Amino acid sequence: MSQGQAGAEQRLVTPGMTVGSSAGKRAGSGIIAKENDFIATQLGWLRERNNTVSVDPINAAYMPRSGDLVVAVVAEVRNNLWFMDINGSFQGLLPMSLAPWKVEFGAARQHMDVGNVVLARVQEVDECHNVVLTMKGVGLRRLNQGAVEPVPVQHIDRLRGENNAHLQRLRDVCDARIMVGENGRVWIDASLDGIALARKTIRRLVAEGHMTTFDSILSDIESNKKGDA
Amino acid sequence: MMGGYGDVKLLKDDGSRLDGRKVDEMRPVSIQAGVLPAADGSAMVTHGLNVAVAAVYGPMEAHPRKIQRQDRAVIDVRYNMAPFSTSDRIRPGFNRRSREISKVTAESLESVVLVERYPRSKIRVEIEILAAEAGTRCAGITAASVALADAGIPMRDMIVGVASGKIEDTVVLDLDKAEDNYGQADLPVGILPNTGEIAFLQMDGDLSPEEYELAMEYNFKAANEIHEIMVEALQRRYDGGEA
Repeated sequence: MSQGQAGAEQRLVTPGMTVGSSAGKRAGSGIIAKENDFIATQLGWLRERNNTVSVDPINAAYMPRSGDLVVAVVAEVRNNLWFMDINGSFQGLLPMSLAPWKVEFGAARQHMDVGNVVLARVQEVDECHNVVLTMKGVGLRRLNQGAVEPVPVQHIDRLRGENNAHLQRLRDVCDARIMVGENGRVWIDASLDGIALARKTIRRLVAEGHMTTFDSILSDIESNKKGDA
Repeated sequence: MMGGYGDVKLLKDDGSRLDGRKVDEMRPVSIQAGVLPAADGSAMVTHGLNVAVAAVYGPMEAHPRKIQRQDRAVIDVRYNMAPFSTSDRIRPGFNRRSREISKVTAESLESVVLVERYPRSKIRVEIEILAAEAGTRCAGITAASVALADAGIPMRDMIVGVASGKIEDTVVLDLDKAEDNYGQADLPVGILPNTGEIAFLQMDGDLSPEEYELAMEYNFKAANEIHEIMVEALQRRYDGGEA
């Protein structure tokens, strides 16, 4: 969404604000066209790229899409399925047939109980927002250790960087295993110091992301770490 | 109530109002966005002696299920006056007036929020009036608008709540408590400042067509001023590093 931001000179727009002429341009997310003008529909930073004008929202709800990798928390257990909190408007449903284990009817709780955290993928989303999750797939599993850090969904792409470059640098500098869920949750597994450093870096990205690039935040953290060593 | 009380003088001999304002002058307005850290979006509006706080949660799954709409979100508004908001203690809980204002506010907000983006969902808007001095529904709707924008809810425009009225046969902008109680008419309006559309309009008392035109002229002027303060509040929160 926001990777590769150039720097500080961005314009904050509010809903209803006319952001410019629509002539020869396309309306991206957060923009509607009205007569010959583009109108912002969300509070956020105005962006124009490839002739498309869009708004990078400051706050946004997670809207699940098929194929999304999510960090989910078990919210309810039934005999043959789990309801998962995926940080969205609606809970996701994980049927026992899509769990990675052979689950007997009535034994769902023996495998995962309320509060457990899992790495899952969105299998299907219908037009009524029913979300079906799956844990069948490479790397999808219950997360038994580490910590989960919330990140606003609009910062997820910025956190990853192009080809996961930023994420890999963060992993290296914190000596951590980090999985980024599209649903605004990041799982971090490292030593206590590593988890603390990763959390601090992510929080800086959230707080300062619109004023500076994540690249410079990472460079700062890397140089501080070298200085400490 | 709105018939007017002949013996109550609301305008001074020089034409100014009891609190010294001119007829087309608004009470001071200040707005702060993001006042409640636990809410998805929030705002506090101080309009004269009115203080309104709005919190927005969602979009979330609509419960009970019977309120769900398959093609759009519903906006669930709860307007409430705190027991200590006026000198006479307000009995806690919903009453006829708060139900009416909640309904009017919800319908106004539904006209600007892009509800079709969130089928089966609910957007919860809580408006709490901490201090009241006439014009709380307008302060509440302004606060709700800023809180919705703060929560990142997509909207066509923000709504500004403003009111004009008539005292001593004179049209005035933004009635205070005495003017509201002893005046002849009250015209609260929800205005979309960018498009000039009207999201809600209520009239208590009587205005002639000419008086109505003048009252609406005052309302639009005030709406533009308040809109600037709303935008500044949001910019201050995110652009000025205050948050």
